Amino acid sequence: MPADASDSTTVEVQNETGVDIGAARRALGDVAHEPGSKKPDPIVVADGVRRMFGGLIAVDVEHVEIQRGVITALIGPNGAGKTTFFNLLTGFDRPDAGEWSFNGTSLGKVPAYKVARMGMVRTFQLTKVLSKLTVMENMRVGATGQKGEKLRSAMFAPLWRGQENANTERANGLLERFLLIKKKDDFAGSLSGGQRKLLEMARALMADPELVMLDEPMAGVNPALKQSLLGHVKSLRDEGRSVLFVEHDMDMVRDISDWVIVMAQGKIVAEGPPDAVMADQRVIDAYLGAHHDTDISEEQEEQILAAAEAEIAAKQEEPQ
Amino acid sequence: MDITNLFGFAVQQALGPTAIIYCLAAIGLNIHFGYTGLLNFGQAGFMLVAGYSIGGAVTIFGSSLWVGTVVGLLLCVGLALLLGVPTLRLRADYLAIVTIAAAEIIRQTVGAAAFSDTFGGQDGITDFIPGFRAANPYNGPIDLGIVSWGAYDAWVMTVGWALVAVCCVIVWLLMRSPWGRVLKSIREDENAVRSLGKNVYSYKMQALIIGGVIGGLAGFMTSLRSAAVGPSFFATDVTFFAYTALLIGGAARVLGPVLGAIVFWFLINFFGSFFSQATSGPDPLIPSWIMDSSQASIMRFILVGLGLMLLMIFRPQGILGDRRELAIDAR
Repeated sequence: MPADASDSTTVEVQNETGVDIGAARRALGDVAHEPGSKKPDPIVVADGVRRMFGGLIAVDVEHVEIQRGVITALIGPNGAGKTTFFNLLTGFDRPDAGEWSFNGTSLGKVPAYKVARMGMVRTFQLTKVLSKLTVMENMRVGATGQKGEKLRSAMFAPLWRGQENANTERANGLLERFLLIKKKDDFAGSLSGGQRKLLEMARALMADPELVMLDEPMAGVNPALKQSLLGHVKSLRDEGRSVLFVEHDMDMVRDISDWVIVMAQGKIVAEGPPDAVMADQRVIDAYLGAHHDTDISEEQEEQILAAAEAEIAAKQEEPQ
Repeated sequence: MDITNLFGFAVQQALGPTAIIYCLAAIGLNIHFGYTGLLNFGQAGFMLVAGYSIGGAVTIFGSSLWVGTVVGLLLCVGLALLLGVPTLRLRADYLAIVTIAAAEIIRQTVGAAAFSDTFGGQDGITDFIPGFRAANPYNGPIDLGIVSWGAYDAWVMTVGWALVAVCCVIVWLLMRSPWGRVLKSIREDENAVRSLGKNVYSYKMQALIIGGVIGGLAGFMTSLRSAAVGPSFFATDVTFFAYTALLIGGAARVLGPVLGAIVFWFLINFFGSFFSQATSGPDPLIPSWIMDSSQASIMRFILVGLGLMLLMIFRPQGILGDRRELAIDAR
C-alpha cells in the first residue's frame, strides 16, 4: 500500500536535482503501524525522553523515529505534550532524562541556536515575527553564517556587503514564493496573522534547513490562506526537506502528511499513515475517552447512584 | 527678570561638560535599552569605576591619566562580564535588579570610611588632573556673545564632544550592520532569534560590554569636569537622568541621546534659573506666599517630570522617534 494513495501521482515526480523524492515515502509502506516503529532512513531518533513539571509527566517518549524526506504530523489532544516534545527536540527546553539525535549527532546538551545551525529550524505556535523590523530585515536575520554578524567585521561594510546582497536576493525569491514581496518594506508588526505565519515559514527557509519543524502552522489562519499554506508545506517536501509539524486541524493532517504520530498524556500511543491512524481505536480513545460510545445502562446508573449515596452518608456521619 | 541672561545660562549648560556626561551615559544606555532591550539601571556604576580609575591611577599609583584610562575601560569590561554572566540567561528584569544593586554596592564600598586612605571616603579623590590641565590648548575663555565658557571648560568640552562624535559614528556603523540587526531582533523576540541559529547570550554580552564602556567614558568626563571624583557624583539619579535624556531624544536612534541630553539639561537649567530669579529680590515675580526660593529650587524637577509624562502620552517615541514603530506596539 502506498503511503498516501490519493497523492500517488506526485510520488513518482522527481525534483530538479533528479533525486527520486517519492522513494522516502514509498519506503514508509513497509513500516509497522506501531508506536516507536523503526524507519528505513530516520533523520531524528529519540530514546527515553522524559520531561516532568513537578509531579506531572508532560513528556515520556520511549522511542520514536522520524523519517527523512517526508511530512510527519504530530497530533494529539490538548495537553498531550506535543509542544513540550517539540521544545525538547529543538533545544528550547531540557528533558529530565533521555537521548535524541539529529542526523546521527547526539543533541543531549546542545543549545537551541546550535540545533538551528545544524539544520533543524522551528517555527512557533504563537508566531514570533520581529515587529519593528521590516519584512526584508526579518528575512535577512534568518540567513546563517553571516560575516557581518561578527563584531570584528560589523563596522566595515565592504567585508559583508557582498554576502548581504546575495542574502537579499535569496530573500526576494522566497518572499515572491510566499506572496509577501509587496510587503517587503513594511514593518513585520503590520502584517496580518496569516501573513505572519507565511513570513515565519519563509524566514526559517533562509537558514536552508534540512528539517523544518512547524508548531501549529494552521492555528488562526482563514480557510483560503490555509490552502496556500498547505501548498507551501508540500513544496518543502518536494525540494527535499523533511517536515515535522504539530497540528490540530485534521483536514490538514489527512491531506498532506505521509506519516502521523499520535501523542496522549505524554506518551506516543499510535503511529501510521493518516487513514490507518484515524481509524485506530487507541487514537479515538485518546481524543474522545475510552467509553465515549457506550451508553450507560440502567444497572450502571443504579451502581453510580448507590456509590454516590454511600459517599454522602459517610460524610454526614463524620462530624459526630 | 533678564531673559537673555536666562537663555544664555541655559544654553551654556546645555552644551557644557555636564550635558556631555549625560549624553555619553545615554549613548551607552541606548545600546543597552534602545537597541538590545537590556534594562541596565546601573550605568552610574560603570561611570564610577571609570571615574575612580583615572583619579586613582594618578593619586594612588602615581601613574599617568592614560594608564588610568586604559585601566578604567578594562574594569568596565570586567564589570559588564560580572553583571552579565549570571543574569543574561535569565529574564530581562533580573539584569535591572542586579545592575541597580551593584551600582549602589560599588558606590557605598568606595565611599566607606574603611577605605578612606585610598579612595578618600565621601570626599573622594582630587588633585589628579595637572597633566590634563597642562595639555589645554585654550589660553583664555571662549566667548560667543550671549554664552561663554572658561578655558578649562572649553578644553573639557572639546574632548567631550569629540568622544560623543566618535561614539555616534561607532553606534551608526554598528547598528546598520547585520550585527546591529541581530541586537534589534533580540529586543523584539529573543526566542525567534535563537531559533534562527544566533547565540543570543553572546550578543547580549557584547552589547552590555560596549554600552558599559561608553558609560565608562561618561565617568572619565565626570572626573575631568569636576577635577575630582566622589561617591556622590555617581548616585542612582545619574542613571535615571541619562534614561530621561534617552527617552526625550528617542531610543534606538543614533542621535537620540545627543539631542535628548542637550534638551534635558537645557530645560533643567532654564527652569532652575527662572524660578530662582522669580523668587529672589525685594519684590519677586512670584510672591513668597505662593513659594519661597528654597521651594522654588525643586520646581525644575517637577516641571521636567511633568514634561516627561506629557511626552510619554503624546510623543512616546521621543523627539527623533518613528511614529510608525509605535503604531505597532498598540496592536
